[in-house]
Amino acid sequence: MSKNLRINNKQFVDETRKLSFVFNGKKLYGYKGDTLASALLSNDIHLVGRSFKYHRPRGIMTSGSEEPNAILQIGNDDALTEPNVRATEIELYDGLICNSQNCWPSVNFDIGGINNFLSPLLPAGFYYKTFMWPASFWEKYEYFIRKSAGLGKSPTKQDPDMYDHRYMHCDILIVGGGVSGLVAAKIASDDNKKVLLLEDKELLGGSLIYDDNDISKIDNQKSNEWLKKLIDNIKNDKNIIIKTRTSLAAYHNYNFLLARQNLTDHLSVNDRNNKIRQRLYKIRAKKVIISTGAIERPQVFHNNDRPGIMLASAVKKYIDYYGVRCGLENVIFTNNDSAYETALSLHKSGTKLNAIIDIRDNSSSEIVNKVKSLGIQIYWNHTVINTKGYKRINKITIMKLNDKGNDVVGKKIELNCDCLAISGGWTPMVHLFTQSGGKLRFDNKDNIFVPDKTNLDQLSIGSAKGDFELDDVLKNSIKDTKKFLNIENSNFDKIDVKCSKEKEKKNIWLLPSDRPLSKTKPFLDYQNDSTAKDIKLALREGFKSIEHVKRYTTTGMGTDQGKLANMHALGIVADTTNTNMGDLGTTTFRPPYTPLTFGTIVGRNVGQFFDIFRKTPMHEWHVENNAKFENVGQWKRAWYYPKDGETMHDAVQRESKAARESSGILDASTLGKIDIQGTDANEFLNRVYTNAWSKLQIGKCRYGLMLNEDGMVYDDGVTTRLGENHYLMTTTTGGAANVMSKLEDYLQTEWPELDVFLTSVTDHYATASVCGPNAKKIINKIFKDLDLSDESFPHMSFKEVKLGDINCRVMRISFTGELSYEINVEASYGKYIWEKCIEAGKEFNITPYGTETMHLLRAEKGFIIVGQDTDGTMTPVDLQMDWIISKKKYDFIGKRSLYRSDTIREDRKQLVGLLTDDPNEILEEGAQIVKDENKKPVDMLGHVTSSYFSPTLKKSIALAVLKEGKQLKGQKLLVPMIDKTIKVTVSDTIFLDKENERING
Amino acid sequence: MFLINCPYCGERDQSEFVSGGEAHIARPKQPTELNDDQWAEYLFMRKNIKGVQFERWNHAHGCRKWFNVARDTSNDKIEKIYKMGEQPPKL
Ligand SMILES: [Zn+2]
Repeated sequence: MSKNLRINNKQFVDETRKLSFVFNGKKLYGYKGDTLASALLSNDIHLVGRSFKYHRPRGIMTSGSEEPNAILQIGNDDALTEPNVRATEIELYDGLICNSQNCWPSVNFDIGGINNFLSPLLPAGFYYKTFMWPASFWEKYEYFIRKSAGLGKSPTKQDPDMYDHRYMHCDILIVGGGVSGLVAAKIASDDNKKVLLLEDKELLGGSLIYDDNDISKIDNQKSNEWLKKLIDNIKNDKNIIIKTRTSLAAYHNYNFLLARQNLTDHLSVNDRNNKIRQRLYKIRAKKVIISTGAIERPQVFHNNDRPGIMLASAVKKYIDYYGVRCGLENVIFTNNDSAYETALSLHKSGTKLNAIIDIRDNSSSEIVNKVKSLGIQIYWNHTVINTKGYKRINKITIMKLNDKGNDVVGKKIELNCDCLAISGGWTPMVHLFTQSGGKLRFDNKDNIFVPDKTNLDQLSIGSAKGDFELDDVLKNSIKDTKKFLNIENSNFDKIDVKCSKEKEKKNIWLLPSDRPLSKTKPFLDYQNDSTAKDIKLALREGFKSIEHVKRYTTTGMGTDQGKLANMHALGIVADTTNTNMGDLGTTTFRPPYTPLTFGTIVGRNVGQFFDIFRKTPMHEWHVENNAKFENVGQWKRAWYYPKDGETMHDAVQRESKAARESSGILDASTLGKIDIQGTDANEFLNRVYTNAWSKLQIGKCRYGLMLNEDGMVYDDGVTTRLGENHYLMTTTTGGAANVMSKLEDYLQTEWPELDVFLTSVTDHYATASVCGPNAKKIINKIFKDLDLSDESFPHMSFKEVKLGDINCRVMRISFTGELSYEINVEASYGKYIWEKCIEAGKEFNITPYGTETMHLLRAEKGFIIVGQDTDGTMTPVDLQMDWIISKKKYDFIGKRSLYRSDTIREDRKQLVGLLTDDPNEILEEGAQIVKDENKKPVDMLGHVTSSYFSPTLKKSIALAVLKEGKQLKGQKLLVPMIDKTIKVTVSDTIFLDKENERING
Repeated sequence: MFLINCPYCGERDQSEFVSGGEAHIARPKQPTELNDDQWAEYLFMRKNIKGVQFERWNHAHGCRKWFNVARDTSNDKIEKIYKMGEQPPKL
C-alpha cells in the first residue's frame, strides 16, 4: 500500500484478520468486515470497469445496491463464476478472485474506448436507428452488437451450489434494519406481535450506527450509542426473528413477499462446502412495514463520471465504517446539508478536505455552522463545470452560478482533487412500495416521490417515506407505527431527539457549464452511458411518455434499474417540457429489486426434482429389460425394448411382428382410471360421451368419445360397467387429470342434481395388456378356472377373477386389433402379475412392446390417438367417426356444436390414410401435404399425424388430416420434403383386417 | 399471489387454486333450441371487465370444490366469495 488510506477503525472491520484477494490478476489484501469495494479503495483502486457504450473508465461510486459501475465478474471457475456482482455489496473473503467486465483487453487499455471519441456518432436511439436497415443485415449487426455489448459472462457449467426455499408467516414484516425499522420492530414486539425483521447488510443499524457525531442526540446520548443499546435489546427479543444478509426481492399482492438470504457468499470458498448458498423466503405477512431508507443522488454536470467521483454518503461510510479514505485531496460538491456530515467525518479522521462547493447561497444549520467553524473553505453558489483526469479525477473547475441557476458567471477556479464527494439530495427507496401496487405522490419541498395510496396493509416509515432528519424519522416512525398497529402507548413516547435542521434548499437537475450542452457529457445513467443530452434529444424527437424516453435512451435500464438516475431523468424532462414533475409519473419498478441468481429461484427443483416423475409398478422390470423410456405427461413409459443393439426401427418391427403373430405384452398402467358410482352414473355417461350408454350391461365394456362443449374431440377410452351403479372409466394417459377436473366441474356446477361420485384410481391399479393370437392360451395358463370361450367372455366384456388372494379385473378389449386381455390388479401386485404373464407367455415368445409399437399397431387399424391425430380442432365427423355420435340422445357435451356453421363445413380438415407410392418410403410426422408444388403460394392441404412402416403389411402407412379429405380417396398428392418430394395416395384409415377378424384370435 | 378463502377449507395460498373464468354462465338446458348466434354467445363470449368481476374458482389442490369469487380485476382485491348456486352479491 503506497498511500496511507487505512485509518484506525476497529469497530466494524477486524484488522487482525487479513484476507487476500485477486483483482484483475493482481494479489491484494483487505480485512474481515470489508466489502470488495472498501478493500479495493484501501488499495487506492477506483478504476474498476468500463461503461457500456462509450467504454469510459469508471470507478466505485457508492457503498450499496445502487452501485452502477463497480460490477465485477466473481470467480474464475466455469461453474461458479458469477457476473454482475456489485463490489459494494459483496463481503470480502479470503481467496476471492474478481475481474472487470465490459473491457477488452484490459480495464486500463480498452479498445472499445474508441467509442468515447466516436460519441457524437452514438446518440440516443443509435442502435435503433442504425441497425434497422436493411433487415437482411441484422445477423451481421447482431454479431457486433453482442460482442461489444453484454455485461460479464455467464457460467458455462451447471451450478453446483445448493439453494433452498422456505415459507414464513408473521404478524409484522419489517423490511430494513435501520433506526426506523428497529424502533418499529420494538414497538410491535412490545405489543406481542410476531415480527420478522429483514436487513440486507451483515449488521443491523443502517447509517446511524456508524454516524459518530456530537450533534445528533437521542435521550441525551450520542445517537449511535443509543441505537447500539436498542439493537442489543432487539437481538434478545423472542418476538423478533432477525434475518440479516437478506434482501427483499419482490413485494406481491396480498402481502406475499420474496426475500433472498445469502448464507455463504461471505465465506472463503473452502468453508462453503455442503452448505446451502442462498435461501429464498416466501413470506406471508399480515402487515408490512417498509423502512428501506433512501439513496443519495449524484449531481449532473460535465464529466461527472470519472473514477474518484463518489457519492458523499459513500465517502463517509468508507471512512466511518470501513476505515478507508477514498482520497487524500478531497472536495465535496453538494446542494444540501447531508454532505456536511461527510465533511465532519473527513475532518475527524484527519483526511484532507480541500473545499466544499455548494450550489446554495448559504446554509445556517447547526452542522454547517460547525463545518464553517473548522475553517474549511466553502464556495457558496458555485458549481463544478468540468473535471479532469482520465482514469482518476485529479482536478475540477468551478464557477459561480447566475441568479437563475441556468448559467455560470465570473472566473474559473481550478481545484486539486483526487476524490470528489457529490450529493444531490436523497431519494426515498419506494421501489417495494410501487412494486406492491402503491401510488406515489410528488413532494415539491425535497423533490421526491413519496408513498401515497396503497390497497395493502402496509406502512412506509423513515427516509423511505421522505423523512430525512433524525427527529422526523424517529417521531414520525413511532407515531405512524402506533397508529398502523392500533397501539395507544409505546416505550418511545417520551423520546427526546436533537439534530441539525436544514433550512435552505436548492435543486438544479442539470447544472450549467461554461460550454454548450452539446459539447458536454453530463451523465445520468452511468451503466448505460445515457446523458442529459440524450434525454433532450429524445424529447426533441417527439418522445413524451417517460416510459418511452427511458427505453429510447436506455436510462435506468441497466442491472441497477436506474436507482441513481431516474430522478434526474424525470427532472430534466419536467424542466425541458415545462411540466410539473408530479404530473409526469414515474417509471415502473419491477421485481426483483436486485438481481437474483436462477439457482435461488428454482431452489431444490433441479435435476431429478425438476418435475414430477411418475413410474408404473412395473417400471423396474422395464429398466432391467433394457427399455428406452419416453415422457407421456409426467409418466415415464416404456418406449421400446432394443435387443442386441437394435435401432428403434428394428425393435419396433420385431415387437409388432411378435404381437401380430404370437403374443405381445404392454404396460398400460398409465391410462387414466376414474371410478364412477351413483344411481345417476349411467345418465352421467350419456351426458359426457357422444354415444349411448343406456343399454350397456353389467360386465360389458364400451369405447367412448368425449368432446369439449365446442364439439372438438377431447378424450377417449373404454368404460366398463362393473355393477348396477358402478363404472370404471379409462382415459388417455396425458388427459387423465384434465378429464377428471372437467367431469367434476360439470357435476358440481351444471348437474348438481345427479347422484354421481368420481374417484381417480389411476395410481391404484396396474394394467398388463396381453395381445396376439396366443393371448387366450397365455391367459388360460394364468387363470385356469376362467372360461375364456367367446360365448362366456366375448370381446368388450369383463370378468372379476382371483389369482390366489389377488383380485383381478380382466377386460377383453383391444387397441391393437388383436385378441387382447387387460389384467387390472391393485398396483402393489403390478410387477407380480406382469412377471406371471411373461412366464406364462414364454413358450409363445411373449414380447414386451412399448408405446412406439402400440402406436404402430393401432395405426394399422386406423385407431386414433387423441392429441396425436387430433389437436383440439377435430370433430368426430372430421375423424370419420360419425358412427359414435348418438342420433337418439337429446344432449351431450359438445352436441350442439356439431352443427354450427363452422363444424358442418365440407372443406374442413378430415382424417384420412396415406400410402406412399414407394412402399419403403416413410413419411415424417408433421410433414405438409400439397397438391401443386409449383403454385405460389402453395396451398397447404393438411399434414401427416402418424406414420410408420408396417412389417405385417410390408409397406409404410400414415394417417393425416387433409382438407376435404373424405372426398379425396384415391387422389394422388405430394409431400414435399427438404431434399425430395414424396408421392402419396389418399386411402382409407384402416389398413389391416378391415373385417375385424383378428379380434377373435 | 392471492390468499383465497375457500368456503370449505378456509384461507389458502393461490397456488392451490385454479381459475375457471367468468361465473354465472349457465349451460343452456335445451341447446338444440338455440340458433348459432345464441349458442356462440354461451360458448365464446366473455366479458373480461375492469372492475369487480364474478369468477369461478376451484380448490384444485385442496377439497376440489368449485365456488364463486367476486374479484376486482384492477387490483385483484377479492370482494366476496360465495358458493356455487348462490346469486352474485350486489356490490
Ligand atoms: Zn377447499
